[in-house]
Order: sequence, then structure tokens, then C-alpha cells
Amino acid sequence: MKPNLILHVVAKFLIPLIIVFSLYVQFHGDFGPGGGFQAGVIFSAAFILYALVFGLDAAEKIIPSQWLHMLAALGLVLYAGVGVVTLLLGGNYLDYTVLGATQIAGQHLGILLVELGVGITVGAVMLIIFFAFAGRGRT
Amino acid sequence: MIDTIINITLLAFLATTSVAIVRMTNLFAIVMLFGIFSLLSAGLFVVMDAPDVAFTEAAVGAGISTVLMLATLALTRNSSKTPYTEASPAHRPWLPLIVVAVTGAALVYGTWDIPSFGDPNAPAQTHVARYYIENSIVETGVPNMVTAVLASYRGFDTLGEVAVVYTAGVAVLLLIGGRRPKTAVKLKDKGEQDEA
Repeated sequence: MKPNLILHVVAKFLIPLIIVFSLYVQFHGDFGPGGGFQAGVIFSAAFILYALVFGLDAAEKIIPSQWLHMLAALGLVLYAGVGVVTLLLGGNYLDYTVLGATQIAGQHLGILLVELGVGITVGAVMLIIFFAFAGRGRT
Repeated sequence: MIDTIINITLLAFLATTSVAIVRMTNLFAIVMLFGIFSLLSAGLFVVMDAPDVAFTEAAVGAGISTVLMLATLALTRNSSKTPYTEASPAHRPWLPLIVVAVTGAALVYGTWDIPSFGDPNAPAQTHVARYYIENSIVETGVPNMVTAVLASYRGFDTLGEVAVVYTAGVAVLLLIGGRRPKTAVKLKDKGEQDEA
């Protein structure tokens, strides 16, 4: 396929903006609309755009599949791990209050970590599914 | 007033899109229309003051699933030439039409008992919702109530949802991920040569 100059330039301009926006949605989810699910999907959209424009092989060089497999599990483990930590600290499972000095601080830290876990898992799984579908037709 | 106009416009577009989806046979155009449908739904959610849901609908419905359906289309053959000839429908359309009309009328009749949009006395607003509205910012310090409910009050639910997403990824990997057997690759090569 002939490389398309306009697509390449526009994609290179857009991808950093998409990633920054996904991080904003991830970490600003406490204050505005958004959260881990949306941020993960937007983050994966940046890489899907890269794969669509520059080809699947180039995208898999940036994020190898093994990493994605580990990241998908890591997010879930991070979420469940927060619950285990709260258990060990003497609270109920996923009761974030015991994580911080005050209730607000604990809840804040817990929600931040949990949303991060959600974002990592959702983003990785979206990319795994995309690579599995898109890589199917290749020889 | 302006909300009503936007709602009517969006709903009219939604209806037009769904009719177009039903009547079309070109799968590529249908996938594009699905994306437009999701985007219009996201617009409706914004008008209904649910930006979190609109966000998800726009990102997942209009973005990712469109790409996934396109990838699926690229895997399968174009449908313009079906390998079989479609038999002419044997049944008459009147009975299904009557069933659909009666069911639709029953559903519309059912909506008359639904409390109006945003009614503070609606049953859905009088149980836990009031507690969240009054206490979530005091107890969690998070201004976005949706995040507070999702991550803190219903944290265990969300853990289950993340597990579902993870399971879906694992299932896709097991089904169509990984390396393909060599025979399939060879067959594919042969098919491409035949085409050329």
C-alpha cells in the first residue's frame, strides 16, 4: 500500500493529543466526567489509530503482545490488591478509608488506584482484542 | 425549550439511521451507520445530563466497536456476491407486523406510568440515590458522584466488571489470538495466488 502523507502527518499530530486526553480523563475522573473505563478505551484508540495508519507490525513493535497480556492482568491484580491491602490494614474488602490518615485521604487514594487498575485493564484488553481481530487475516 | 428541539432532532436522526441500517445491504455502510447511531445516542445522553455515559458510548460504541466491526469485515469476504441465492420469503408479513404493532402499543401504554424525566419523587430517586447525593462528597471527598459510587460505594461491582472485561480479552485470545496453524496459512497463500 502506498504511504499516505496526509494521513501520516495528521495521525502523528493527533496521537499525542489523544494520549494526553486519555490521561486527563483517567486522573481527572474524580472531578469531571470520565474514569478508568473511558480513559482505557481512549488510550487504546490512540494505538489503534497508529495501527490503522502505520500498519499492524509497527504498532506491535511499540506495544508487544506479551506486554499487553501482562498489563491486562496487572490492572485486575492492582484492583483486587487494593482490596487485599485494605483487608490487611484491618478494614473491609475495598474499604478505602483505612488506606489514609483521614477518611477523605484514604478514599481518594483508593479511588485513584482502583481507577488506574480499571484503566490499565480496559486499555490493554481493547488492544488485545483489536490485535487479535486485525492480525487474523495476515499471513 | 432548546432541550426539546435538540431531543426531537436527535431522535429523528436516530430513527432515520435505524431505518437506513435495516434497509441497506452494503455491510461497510451499515458499520458506518452503526457508528453514527452510537454518536447520536451519546448526544442524547449529554442532553440528559449524563456525560459519563455519553463518554463511554462515544468512545466504545462509536469508536472501538466500529473499528472491530471493520476488522471483522476485512476478515470475511465482501457480501456483495453471496454464495447462495436467497429464497423468496414464504411467509406473509401481516402476522409479524400485527405482533410487532401490538407489542409496541403495549410498551407505549406502559410508558404512561413511568415517572417523568428528572422527577425527584420517582422510586429510583428515593432509595439510595438520596443518600449518595447528601453524603458522597462528605464521605469520599470526590466531587464527581458517579466516580464515587462506581469506585467506592459499588467498588466490588466494578471489580467484577473489570474481571468481565479481562475474561473477554482472554476469551478472544484463546479463540482467535496467537499463532495460526501452518496449514491455514498455506491455504490462505494459495487462495491469494488463485485470486491473482
